[in-house]
Amino acid sequence: MAKHRSGWLTIAVLLALGILPPIFLWSGQAFYMDLATRLVILAIAAVSLNLLLGYGGMVSFGHAAFIGIGAYCVGIPSYHATYGEFDVIATYSGWFQILLAVAVSSLFALITGMICLRTKGVYFIMITMAFAQMVFYLFVSLETYGGDDGLVIDTRSELPLVNLDDPLQMYLLCYASLIATILIVRTIIHSRFGMVLQGAKDNNERVVTLGYNTYLYRLTAYVISGALCGYAGALLGNFTTFISPEMMDWTRSGELMFMVILGGAGTTLGPVLGSMIFILVEEVLSHFTIYWHLPFGIMLIVIVLFIRGGLMGLVTGRTN
Amino acid sequence: MKKLLSTALAVTLLGGVAAQAAEVKIGFVTTLTTGGAVIGVDQQNAVNLAVEHMGGKMGDLDVNVIFGDDGFKPETGKQATDKLVKQDDVTFVAGYIWSHVLLASRKSALDAGKFLISANAGPSQIAGKLCHENFFSTSWQNDQTPMAMGEVLNQQGVKSLYIMSPNYAAGKNMVAGVERTFKGEVKGKDFTKWGKDAQLDFSAELAKAKASGADGLFVFYPGKAGGAFIKQYQQAGLKDTLPLYTVFTVDGISLPKLQAANFDGVLGSKTTQQWDPSLDNAQNKRFVADFKAKHGTYPSFYAAQAYDSIFLIKSAVEAVGGDLSNMDGMRAAMKQASYDSVRGKYSYGNNHMPVQNFYLREVVKDADGNWTTTVAKTVYENHQDPYAKECPLK
Amino acid sequence: MDVALLFIQMFNGLQLGLLLFLVASGLTLVFGILDFVNLAHGGLYMIGAFICASFTFLTGSFVWAVLLALPVTAIVGIVIERTVIRHLYARDHLDHVLGTFGLILVLDTSTHLIWGPAGVAVPLPAWMDGRLELFDGVVVPTFRLLIIGTGLTIAAGLFWLVNYTRLGMLIRAGASNRTMVSALGIDIQTLFSLVFALGAVLAGLAGMLISPITEASIGMGNEIIITAFVVIIIGGIGSMKGAFIAAIIIGLIDTMGRSFLDDLFKIVMSTEAAETSAPAVSAMLIYILMALILALRPQGLFPPKVR
Repeated sequence: MAKHRSGWLTIAVLLALGILPPIFLWSGQAFYMDLATRLVILAIAAVSLNLLLGYGGMVSFGHAAFIGIGAYCVGIPSYHATYGEFDVIATYSGWFQILLAVAVSSLFALITGMICLRTKGVYFIMITMAFAQMVFYLFVSLETYGGDDGLVIDTRSELPLVNLDDPLQMYLLCYASLIATILIVRTIIHSRFGMVLQGAKDNNERVVTLGYNTYLYRLTAYVISGALCGYAGALLGNFTTFISPEMMDWTRSGELMFMVILGGAGTTLGPVLGSMIFILVEEVLSHFTIYWHLPFGIMLIVIVLFIRGGLMGLVTGRTN
Repeated sequence: MKKLLSTALAVTLLGGVAAQAAEVKIGFVTTLTTGGAVIGVDQQNAVNLAVEHMGGKMGDLDVNVIFGDDGFKPETGKQATDKLVKQDDVTFVAGYIWSHVLLASRKSALDAGKFLISANAGPSQIAGKLCHENFFSTSWQNDQTPMAMGEVLNQQGVKSLYIMSPNYAAGKNMVAGVERTFKGEVKGKDFTKWGKDAQLDFSAELAKAKASGADGLFVFYPGKAGGAFIKQYQQAGLKDTLPLYTVFTVDGISLPKLQAANFDGVLGSKTTQQWDPSLDNAQNKRFVADFKAKHGTYPSFYAAQAYDSIFLIKSAVEAVGGDLSNMDGMRAAMKQASYDSVRGKYSYGNNHMPVQNFYLREVVKDADGNWTTTVAKTVYENHQDPYAKECPLK
Repeated sequence: MDVALLFIQMFNGLQLGLLLFLVASGLTLVFGILDFVNLAHGGLYMIGAFICASFTFLTGSFVWAVLLALPVTAIVGIVIERTVIRHLYARDHLDHVLGTFGLILVLDTSTHLIWGPAGVAVPLPAWMDGRLELFDGVVVPTFRLLIIGTGLTIAAGLFWLVNYTRLGMLIRAGASNRTMVSALGIDIQTLFSLVFALGAVLAGLAGMLISPITEASIGMGNEIIITAFVVIIIGGIGSMKGAFIAAIIIGLIDTMGRSFLDDLFKIVMSTEAAETSAPAVSAMLIYILMALILALRPQGLFPPKVR
């Protein structure tokens, strides 16, 4: 029963996300189209984090770093294509930029994951954050790409069939990417790999005794999650056309975590729902007062205190 | 969920109805949250005073100013600009304290065919290669004020200098500016972390500055960092060995706070600027007097420039008789700079940066014992920024 | 590079380290005993600074202000513990992070509403505001010396408290085995409130000590909290000794990085590049150190014996 309910809700929400924003655009509400695009991109990042946090029990407090890496992988080639130098990577080609984003994010995830996964609990939370801070300061120190000031992307990625300068096409690409990401994560968690990952979350010793090297399973999940999030970063860079180290600030990682928890960790729709509510509430509150952080903060606390299992928990009645 | 969406939609629709009335919409992006809000609030007060002084009207049109908060972050500033342009459909986007916020937001406003008016930030890029016919400034190009200070240093016979500045777009321009005119030796430079987690403890840098043996210390620390810096400079006891020369650090915002805490080391210190509350013209007298009456403090230069930006817009709207579709007419009118600026008469260069005087200001006590600044002398007359020639506009 | 400058920078680093220790000691207490991740610990640092600033203007004396502000900060801490924190003890670390993340927003915005956005400059009495010549060529501000003295005194006090008092015994016991402590019939709720208030006071004191230097300003806590976390992670969560050593190391690294890294960089790169990248790289140093230490010792330098 509960399962049916969440299944229908998932389909309804995803359909609404597909239909509503184009309607906004046609009715002259370009701003809401922007909002929807941002929301969908962050939802991709949240879905990728959910693989770690919800299914793998790995609380990554540095996921924003992957968004930043992905965005700079679009910005830096584009910068050199416009202003010269560094011919090897200087290109507007979307294929190249996106592949670069995914490759660099995976590599970063592999290297940092190898170290992070040696730690547990709160040490894991903090070391993932430390690596994100390192990337943050690395980009602050890169004077060529604007340092603290950030970098304006003059030309968006060039892709076949899709023109990213067109808001509708941009949105549809993000939307399709979200659906694809959801399907990828679903496939993973329903595979044997996913079973081991979830089993290790609940009882690591038992899975280890069964002969699985859970460290490798976790590391693989960490790399996949990083790659997906890096892809989201590449989309975000293309969407905002402005990138800065600020994108990987620790508060951004905290927001991503919150989206997952708010919607419901370890559920298919949870992260999407979470990012939706997060963005919309932020938008509505900031419309009324510059002190919107106050009600927003109170909301966060109340949700953590009283709505366990997130919004999906409310829907399926699985609150604990 | 649906409820939220419909609320959001309702808000927009209401906004749409309001737009039917004959009005000119101005977006004003400034910093209203974080510590930087102290500047933003000063600008907001000045904008509201300007609207009040013009009776809420530009010609026959009602004035509707919509404020946007940049949260001291380029990304947030860009989002605020996008919202003003796309949702509120303003004709003018004004404001911008921070150079990096302006650089990030520039495309959003200009690509949408709006006028972009900086009431503070003046990064070199926008004065040079990235100049645009629809961009105007009511402040200065970043390099100009420190250039004037470099000139002052030469005149005072300062032979060597240590430089400290925040590590962001404007900070780099400030350093470039003073190095452009200062003829002596630069003994050392420090760029410190900026942004919402800015570095505010300068012990290590001050120790280096002292050890460098320079004749003078040049700093640029706008907003809340200014007060913190002055305090530590005083505590380090450098006043006699390493005289301080500042730009945008000692101003109408930091002085009341410094006075409340009785940091009298700042009295007598000198800074350069294109405006001062003591400048003798009718518009300035009215502005300063009414601002003081309303808010109890002297306006800062940020406020003065924000006040000017609204009057510049007024001159444009009135020149075309309220026809906001006449962009060419409004642009031509603004280029004249024919409105009454609180700094007195100035003109626009080809890059739409002001060509104006720069003064040396000194911190003094006014008749009521309040700390303020007064003009000591004129350093530059009709000074144009060094990037104008890189701008292809005529 | 002359010796006097090196000495002064070490002095500055020590002062920063002791300030960090004040924040980190509270954090590690709360973390070690309550097993609670408090991101909002920096908020108490900020609240302490603002309360002290207000009392300074009210009483006209910084010393009185600190003495009055300490108990008030403790009360604020207890109120926060009773209303929010207490209900999160039984949850996992993730909920702690999220709940206190919300708390940061609430504290920052409330401070903005109460004290305005400008921040408050805190005046010092003349005898604290001068300078002392330690030895030839080494002149330091008296107030920074005072911070060092206070930091060392507090550190000594905490060592005594943790190692030689009944409360300390409970604290040590609680850090290694919480169930055991409650089985001994100790009123764990009161102990927890007390520990949280102590943490709040330590953070608040750090905020009060820094406010005459940097002013009390909104968000000041967010600047230091992440560094304080790095300190306790490196030191080993729950370890007072670890927090002390790590704080001093980080204070020194940060200050030395800011003072000498650009000169070092100038050897290998252009002056321009060195000047802009050095501050960022010196900010990175502490995170690199943390990653290195955790890679080698996943529980930090001085992990508590039993968890």
